[in-house]
Amino acid sequence: MKNEAIKDLLFKMADDALIIGHRNSEWTGIGPMLEEDLAFSSMAQDKIGHAQALYNILHDTFGEADANTLAFKREEKNFKCCQFVEQPIGEYDFSIVRQFLFDHAELIRYDMLSQSSFLQLAQLAKKVKGEIKYHVMHADTFVKQLGKGTEESKARMQSSLNYTWHFALGIFEKSELENDLIFENIFDGEEELKNRWLEKVTSIIEASGLKVPATDESKIVYGGRKGFHSEYLKPLLDEMCEVVRSDEVTAEW
Amino acid sequence: MYGSTNLSEEDAKRMNTTVEDSDKLEAFESRIARGEKIEPSDWMPVEYRKQLIRMIEQHAHSEIVGALPEGTWITRAPNFRRKLALIAKVQDEIGHGQLLYSAAETLGKTREEMMNDLLSGKSKYSNVFNYPANTWADIAVIGFLVDGAAIVNQTINSKGSYGPYCRALERICYEESFHLKQGHDNVVYLATGTKHQRAILQDAINRWYRPLLHFFGPPDKMSAHSEKLMKWKVKLASNDDMRNQFLDMYVPKIWELDIAFPDPNLKKNSDGIWEFSDPDWDEFKRVINGGGPCNAERIAVRKFAEEAGRWVRQALMNPSEKYQIPLA
Repeated sequence: MKNEAIKDLLFKMADDALIIGHRNSEWTGIGPMLEEDLAFSSMAQDKIGHAQALYNILHDTFGEADANTLAFKREEKNFKCCQFVEQPIGEYDFSIVRQFLFDHAELIRYDMLSQSSFLQLAQLAKKVKGEIKYHVMHADTFVKQLGKGTEESKARMQSSLNYTWHFALGIFEKSELENDLIFENIFDGEEELKNRWLEKVTSIIEASGLKVPATDESKIVYGGRKGFHSEYLKPLLDEMCEVVRSDEVTAEW
Repeated sequence: MYGSTNLSEEDAKRMNTTVEDSDKLEAFESRIARGEKIEPSDWMPVEYRKQLIRMIEQHAHSEIVGALPEGTWITRAPNFRRKLALIAKVQDEIGHGQLLYSAAETLGKTREEMMNDLLSGKSKYSNVFNYPANTWADIAVIGFLVDGAAIVNQTINSKGSYGPYCRALERICYEESFHLKQGHDNVVYLATGTKHQRAILQDAINRWYRPLLHFFGPPDKMSAHSEKLMKWKVKLASNDDMRNQFLDMYVPKIWELDIAFPDPNLKKNSDGIWEFSDPDWDEFKRVINGGGPCNAERIAVRKFAEEAGRWVRQALMNPSEKYQIPLA
C-alpha cells in the first residue's frame, strides 16, 4: 500500500510539472517583453526537468517504464495532473496568476517533502525547492507590480485571480491513499499544504492591492488526480506526442 | 542569428557623399586601422553609426523572429533530451536578441523604435526565417545548418570595429556553437534512423538548400559595394567568401551521412571554390520584399505579441522615470 501511495504522489507531481512546463514553454517568442520570454522559458526548462527527475524515481525505484515512455506514451486517463495546469496559456494575466498560485503550492510542497522519510524524494526536493524559489520570486514581483500598476492591469489581475481561484484549489485534491503517506512521514498531506498555501498567497495578494476571492467548495475543480481531465489535456498530449507517433515505436529520436 | 552587411543602392551612394570633419575622420580611421575598438561615447561618422544601427538591429530582429519557426516545435519535441535542448536553444536566441537590441541602443535608437520599425516593415530580418519549419527534421537542419551559417557570419563580424557589437557577438558565437552540436546530433540521429526519419531529413535538406545559399546575400558581382564599410571594419568579408567558407565546412558533413543536396552541380573545384547552380536570386528578392511563404505570418505573430503585451509594459512603467539611452 505504501508504495502505491508514493507512486500516486510521484505521478501527480511529475504530471503537474510536465504539463505546466509544456504550457510555460508556449510563451517562448510571444511574451509581453523579451525578458518574459526568457523567464517563462527558464521556468519551462526547470519544470520539465523536475518531471523527468520524478519519472526517473518511478522508473528506478518502482519499476515503472522510463521517463520518456511515461511522458510521451501514456494515455490521457492515466495522467494525474490537476486541471489547473492543463488550461491554455490565455493572456498574460492568466498565465502570471496561474504561475503565482501554482508555484507557491510547489514551493511549500517541496519544502515539506525535503523532510520526507522517503529519501530519494527528500533529496530531490531539497534541490528542486532551490529552483522554485526563483519561480516564486518572479511571480511575486509581477503580481505586486501589476496589482499596483494601471487601472487596466489591476482589473485584469483581479479578474484572473477570480477566474483561477477554484482551479488552483483543485491542486489540493486528496488521494485515497494519502493517509499512508502521512502515517509513514512521507508527506504531511494536501490539507496541511493547502493551509500553508492559503496563508502565504493571501498575504501577497493583499499586499498587492488585490482581493482574495471567496471560496465556494462546490466550485473547486477536482478530478485531475483521478484521471478526469478538462477538454484541453487530450489535444496537448496529441501535440506533445505528434513526432513520436509519426514513426515506428522503436525509432530513436 | 544574422547581421547582414549588404548595402542598399541608396545607402551606398550616400556613404560616398556624406561630408565629415576631416581631422576627426582621420583619427577615427587610424584607430580602426590600429585594431582599436570604437566605443559608444567616441566620435564616429554619421554613416558609420547609421550602418551599424541598421546591421545590429537587423541582427536582433533575426534572433527574435528566428525563434518563431523553431518555437512551434518545442511542444512537439519527441523526448526529454530534445525538448529541453530546444527550449534552451530558442531561449538563447531570444537572449541574443535582447543583447543585440542593447548593443544597438548604445548608438541612439531605442528598443521600442526598433520594434516599431520591424512591425512596420521598415527594418528587415534575415530572409531565411521566412520559410516554414514543416517537420521535426527542419529543426535538425535549422539547428545544424542555419546556425552553422550564422556562426560563419558572426565569427567574422565579431572582429569588427564597434566594441559593444563585437563583445555581444563573441558571447553569441559561444552559445551558437552549442546549438550547432545539438543540431548535428539531431541530424545524425535522423540520418542513421528509420526510413521515415531519413526521408524527412532528405526532404528538409531539399527545402533548406536554396535559403541557405541565399543566407549570405547576393553574389559579390550583384551587390552594392562600399570600400568605406570595409575600411571601417563594419563589413569584413564578401558574401561570396562567407558562402564558400560555409559550403566548405558543412557540405561534406551532410554528404558523409549519405544525404544529398538537390543540386547536381554542387562541387568543390581544385582552386577551393565551390560551384553550385544559380539559386534563383529573383526569389531571394521576392522573399526579402515580403513575398516569401511566411513573411506575413512572422510579422503577424510579432504584432500580436506586441499588442497583447502592451498593457503589461505600460503597467510596469513608472512615468516619473524618463527613458535614458545607455551610455549615449
